[in-house]
Parts: sequence; structure tokens; C-alpha cells
Amino acid sequence: MRDIAIIGIGMMKWGELWEKSLRDLAVEASLNCLADAGVDRVDTISIGCMSGGIFNGQEHLASMIPDYLGFKHTPAMRVESACASGGLAVRTAFLEVASGMADYALAVGVEKMTDVGGGEATYGLATASDQDYEAFHGINFPGLYALMARAHMTRYGTTREQLADVAVKNHRNGNLNPLAQFPSLMTREQVMSSVMVADPIRLMDCSPITDGAAAVLLTTVEEARKIKKHPIVVISGIGLATDTIALCQRKDILKLPAIELAGQRALKMAGKTIRDINFAEVHDCFTIAEIMVMEALGIVEPGQGGPATSAGHTALNGKFPINPSGGLKSKGHPVGATGVAQIYEVVSQLRGTSGKRQIADAKVGMTQNMGGSGGSCVIHILEAKS
Amino acid sequence: MKVAKHWRETPERYRLEAGKCKKCKHINFPQRLVCPECGAKEFEMVRLSGKGKLETYTVIHTAPDGFADLAPYAVGIVELDEGVKILAQITDCNPAELKIGDQLITKFRRINEEGKTGMIMYAYKFVPDFGL
Amino acid sequence: MDVGIVGYGTQIPRYRIKVEEIAKVWGADAPSYKRGLNLNEKSVPAPDEDVATLTVNAARNALLRAGINPMEIGAVYVGSESHPYAVKPTGTILAEALGICPHVHTADFEFACKAGTEAMFVALHLVKSGVMKYAIGAGSDTSQGAPGDALEYSASAGSAAFVMGADNLVAELVDTHCFMTDTPDFWRREQAHYPEHGGRFTGEPAYWKHVSGAVNAMLKKANMKPEDFNYIIFHQPNGKFPAQTALKLGFKEPQFRHGLLTPVLGNTYSASSPLGLAATLDIAKPGELILLVSYGSGAGSDAFIFRTTDRLLKVRDLAPLVRKQLDEHKVYLEYGTYAKFRRKILKPE
Repeated sequence: MRDIAIIGIGMMKWGELWEKSLRDLAVEASLNCLADAGVDRVDTISIGCMSGGIFNGQEHLASMIPDYLGFKHTPAMRVESACASGGLAVRTAFLEVASGMADYALAVGVEKMTDVGGGEATYGLATASDQDYEAFHGINFPGLYALMARAHMTRYGTTREQLADVAVKNHRNGNLNPLAQFPSLMTREQVMSSVMVADPIRLMDCSPITDGAAAVLLTTVEEARKIKKHPIVVISGIGLATDTIALCQRKDILKLPAIELAGQRALKMAGKTIRDINFAEVHDCFTIAEIMVMEALGIVEPGQGGPATSAGHTALNGKFPINPSGGLKSKGHPVGATGVAQIYEVVSQLRGTSGKRQIADAKVGMTQNMGGSGGSCVIHILEAKS
Repeated sequence: MKVAKHWRETPERYRLEAGKCKKCKHINFPQRLVCPECGAKEFEMVRLSGKGKLETYTVIHTAPDGFADLAPYAVGIVELDEGVKILAQITDCNPAELKIGDQLITKFRRINEEGKTGMIMYAYKFVPDFGL
Repeated sequence: MDVGIVGYGTQIPRYRIKVEEIAKVWGADAPSYKRGLNLNEKSVPAPDEDVATLTVNAARNALLRAGINPMEIGAVYVGSESHPYAVKPTGTILAEALGICPHVHTADFEFACKAGTEAMFVALHLVKSGVMKYAIGAGSDTSQGAPGDALEYSASAGSAAFVMGADNLVAELVDTHCFMTDTPDFWRREQAHYPEHGGRFTGEPAYWKHVSGAVNAMLKKANMKPEDFNYIIFHQPNGKFPAQTALKLGFKEPQFRHGLLTPVLGNTYSASSPLGLAATLDIAKPGELILLVSYGSGAGSDAFIFRTTDRLLKVRDLAPLVRKQLDEHKVYLEYGTYAKFRRKILKPE
């Protein structure tokens, strides 16, 4: 396998982007990415989109996007793993180049969620759960994560305040991110007094409904060195793993085997341990998710995610910064785009271009992108190379 | 109108029919073609008791379409006596009084309907075990 | 051949609403309703309950007491005036839920409040005819009264199911009789949401004529007198009619006391006298005689004479008792929630 570098990243400010369609968003992020790369060549396009069909009545993005991007006839595919679709698209682009099938692979994640009403958006998201044995019974994603949250609070004594501190910290970071959907600061009290969604999860524990896209361009390290536009950032490890789709079919509902295994696989490929990782962008679809992922990755011991957050260990200047971009909570969560935007953030950090939210001495970063209640997970390890 | 889809799940929804692996005795609910534990492909049908202990629960306030009139309602994961865990609503209860570890049993209840003139979907829900 | 009840089971919702709560909203005089109807509160089905769910749960309880192989059931009949579908039987849902498909008969019964006892009659006689080993007859309802109407105070919900067979009986059937005419005392047209009734016409020419007609014919046929019976159960649209009727026909209060549930249950329509029968079986001793007399508007009355057996004591505690379902873990509703549960108020489409 060839060594792979990310030479271009592109995004836009996320939010309720009424004037931009699904194809507009994908193209805009991709053009920004190509401009950032200083390259106008794309050999293949991997598209991460959870549900163009349900949110927009539009499938067959593999046909639409290359054409609208100005790369008609280019090989393309759409990959899907619910909310991990974006990360999966990056991995797919990696495979294209690493295998030698392509030299320049574009990965673009996109989701346009506001053309449908709230009910239909919820229905679309619910397709990431077990339709006949979870959604059928009237549970939604806040509900599934609430089942985990209550169990976590019972087993480990995680508190409502610790959950809130995840949101507070991510908003503090997002406040420094000009592309975040919700950059306003948030207090613990605001989180804990927001409307109850699925006890104990409140509105401010939940990532929002968002329109947005992000794109990254991958090539070989050799090519990257020739282009010489940005500091070289390589993908040194990737891990992909799956688990049961239904939460109740896991032996221990507080364990996330997909995250644990994806993490182990990525670290093994990169020849590293979790202690070698400086910071991470993780999938905080709900505040409890960030806590459980920290534990699954081995950043902290099981049950210690809450205390570590409240102690400030995951802040920008903490021992292990998590979600410097503001995470899904503050930056937004256009489902298929999230995994790619995580790469965008880690690349900026490793290049040293994150401005006010720059992490000092960022050398090795991790992205963790997962689908549903932890049914799938893809993890990338990126390093700054001299 | 998803009549066939719902009808197909009748054995599980109406009778809690699960599959017991002939080789390793692991019980799958819903039934499967391949045992997730040992990979074997032969099963015998067992009907689950519907009795068990509450492992965790939540109270849904912002409900998905079709369930809004029921909110707030409880949904939980219950570990049945057979060792199988299933997810379902907990009805006939005050959600505020539920506790992890509560003994629950199942009753046949109405889950949803496809509008006022469409099909009615029935299945299992949990209720506190008061012997009623 | 001797036929009778092999197992019986019931299901009553846990929610209740008091007469005072309904009267308060409509500006009615609660004490006079309570006195006039001998009624304090009624059961209210939860939004996720209907005739199918109540019957399935009741029938499962009946099977616990029956102790039979359900695959030997040849027919299931559910009598109701609030079947979930106008076309598509409750019986098929019941049969599937019990796991006895596909070699089994069903069709739904409707005869106002006597649909349940008609279902029981047919079940008993299919067994008696020898064409099948067991049959289920059930009466269930979640009927409604129009807002502010007299019937709103009493229309309630419940189910009683009976497994009929020819051996291991808990109660033997001694005899039956039906008294039926075409009498327009109470009806509901297909598209109407609530029923209509003839006011005072529902008394003497309807309830009284058919109940007394059935009782007199039954006693004559069986060569029995009122004092021969340990228990009598009448259809109980309120707590007054059955008591007045019983006394007029020569029965005494101790005979109808245990089977009169309406004061705390309301009128469960097709389940009304069947639930009274179940409550009586819950406390009867072996060898006692029970007279069951239903009444359905339209109109007709089914009379049954049962004699309890020793086996009743052996299986009674295998399923919940009616008094337990009636008295324990009740949840009282105020009118707004009750109206929402019963879909009397709806959000716009």
C-alpha cells in the first residue's frame, strides 16, 4: 500500500442553509477543497451521504456530483454507514489511492436535512437504528442514547452536570470556529434547564439538524511533496469496525465494541498507542456519546469520562483536547458530512492553521466517526510529517 | 402502506417467538438465519416468557411521528428470564416511579396505526408485575 | 355430553374516571347520577388498549386456568360493539396471538351487549355437537358514550374470555335459553361515532321485557325456582337495573352481590355479564348453581345455568382474580386526559 497524504480540505459555514441545495453544498465544499489543494485533478470521488433518498428524494449521487463538480465521467460511488458515512468516504478514498487505482481521490460528505420537516428528519435518522425492533416501538436516537446515559449514571455515578460540561466545552471551542452552526457560548445551567427530550437527555445535550458539506483530497505522499503547498499531513492508520445495530443485542450496553475495535485497528496500523495521540475529533451526537467514546478509546478508564470532562482534561488546553472544532454539538451535524469535517479539523490543527483554537504541539490527531448507537465506527489517525 | 412488512413480524410481535440455536443453545430475538455466537444455521423455535428485569429505561418527551399523543412514555431494555434482552415501551406505569431492576411482564398492546383508516400494529409492551 | 367452562380469564384496564369528574365538566348533578345509576367510577382503556388487546390478554389468562393444548381449540369468537376494525375480525388477531392458526374457525359477533354471551353460547354448542374439542367465547368492549350524555358516565372497558370444553370443567353447563325480538332501544349506524338510544324506552319494553322473558322461560325449561340458585348475574348497564330486576323476579341481594361490578367498573357492554360471571367463579364453591342472564339492545337476552365443580378451586389462582383487577393499582384520570385517551378531542391532521 502506498503512503497517503491529505493535500486539500474544504468546507463552508454550516447551518440552516436555505439557499443551498444538496448538490450546491457538495460542489461548494469540493471546490473549496480543490482550491485549498491547488490542484484541479480528481481521479475518483467517494461521497458520504446518509440519506439523500429520505431527506431529498435524491439517490444516485455518484452520478450527479461528479458532473456538477465539472468532473463528468469520473468514477464515483456513494458510501453509507449512517452517521459514519463521511468517515467511510474518506477511508474509501484512501483505499483508491493506496491500492494504486487512483492518484487523486476526493472524499466529500454532504447532508441537506432542512428540506423536510422535523418529523421526517427524525424518521430519516431513525433508519440508523433497528427499524422493526427499536424504531417500531417508539424510540428515537435521543431515546437510545438516553438508555445508555441512565445506565452509565447508574453504574459509574456519572452526573447530569458532567454531561452538561461536554456541551459547555464544545461550545467554548465552537465559539472560536467561524464555520460552526451554533458558536454561542453555553452555560451548565442552560444545558440542564433546556427542554427534556428523552430523560435524562435534554435538548442542549443533542447535536442539531444541519445542512452542510466538507471535502478532502487525498493523494500519495510522493505527490504531496511535489505540490509542496501545505505541511504534509498523512493518514497513518485507519480502523473500521461494526457491532450490532440494536442496542439491546449488545452483551454490555455500556460497551462500544465497534469503537474499541476500530480504535485498536487504527492504532495497530499506525504503530501507535492511545498515549501517542495528542487530540481527537469524536462523534458527540449526544453529550453521553463523547463520554462513552473517550472510555471506549482508552483515553480514560471506564466510568471516568464524566469526571475527566468536568476537570477540564478535554479542553483545548487540557491533557487530551477533544473536539477542538466544537464537535457535532456546536459545529453542527449534517450527518454524512460530519466524518469528513472531522478530518478537515484535524488537518488544520496539524498544519497549524486553526487560529484561536489551535492546539499547541499538535502532531498526531485522531478522528472517530460512528453510526447509529455505535453500530459502526471508522477511525483515522493523522500525523504531521516533516 | 407497509402491510406485508408488519405482517411478516407477527410471530415475533404477537408471540415473542425466538430462535434457539441447536448447537450452542443461544437464543436470538428476533429470529435469524445465522447464530451470532457460533455461526450455526439450525434453530428451534421458542416462545419467550415476556418476564424479566428492567436493565435501563428512558422517558420519551419529544416523540417520533405517530407517538406524540402518548408522550411522555417510557421505553426500556428488559433482560428476560431466558437471558434475552428486548426493547419495548413500558406502559400502565408512572414513568417517574420506574427503577432499574423492576420486575416487568409483557402484555399484548396496540403500538401504532397507519392513520385513522390504515392498519393497526400490535405487539408486546412491558407493564409492572402487579399480578393483574 | 356434559360441556362447560374449562378455563376463564379477564382483563380490565387500570385507569378509572369518577362520576364527579365527568359531571363537573358538563355541569351535571353528580350525587343524583351516582344515586340514580348506583355508579361511582368506570374503567377507561389506555390509548394503547382496544378490544383486540383486552381479549388477547383475557384469553391468555383463560388458558392459564384451562391448562389445555391450545392447538386443540377449534374456534374463537369475540363479541363486541367496538371491534377495532369494521371489516377484519378481532378473532383472527386473537387466534394469531394465541398461536393456534391456521386450522381454526372465527368470525366476529355483534349484538350490542349480548355479543359476548352469544359467542359463549356458540362456543359451548360447537363443543357439544362434537365437531371440536375446545372453543373460546369472549365478550370485550371499549365502548363510548357521547360527551355529556347519560351513557358517558357508564360506558367503560373490559374483557372476559371462556375456554369451553367437555372435560376438566370448572363449571358445567346445565341449560341455556335465548329470548330475542327486534326492538329499537339502542343502536349505532355504521358511520356514526357514538350510539343513540330511546331514552326511557330502554327500560320496560327493552331491558325488562327480554331479561324477564329469558329468566321465566329458563326457569320453566329447567324446572327451577329463583331460590335454587346460589348466584345470579344480570347484564349490568348501571348498578340499579340488575338489582331492581333481580328483586322483581324473586331473587335476593346475597345472590347478585358478587356478580354486580358496575358500581366500580361501569358498563363493559359485551363484557358486562361475562365479567360478572368471572367474578362469581372467583368466589364460588364447588357444586353451586349460577344463573347468568345477559341483555343486548336490539334486543335479546341469553340465559345460562352453570354448576361449579371441584376443579374450580384447583385452578382459580392460576390467573388474576377479577376483584384484584378491579380494586388494585387503579389510576384516576381527570376529564382532559380521559377525553384525550378516548379520542374525544384530537389534534388537527
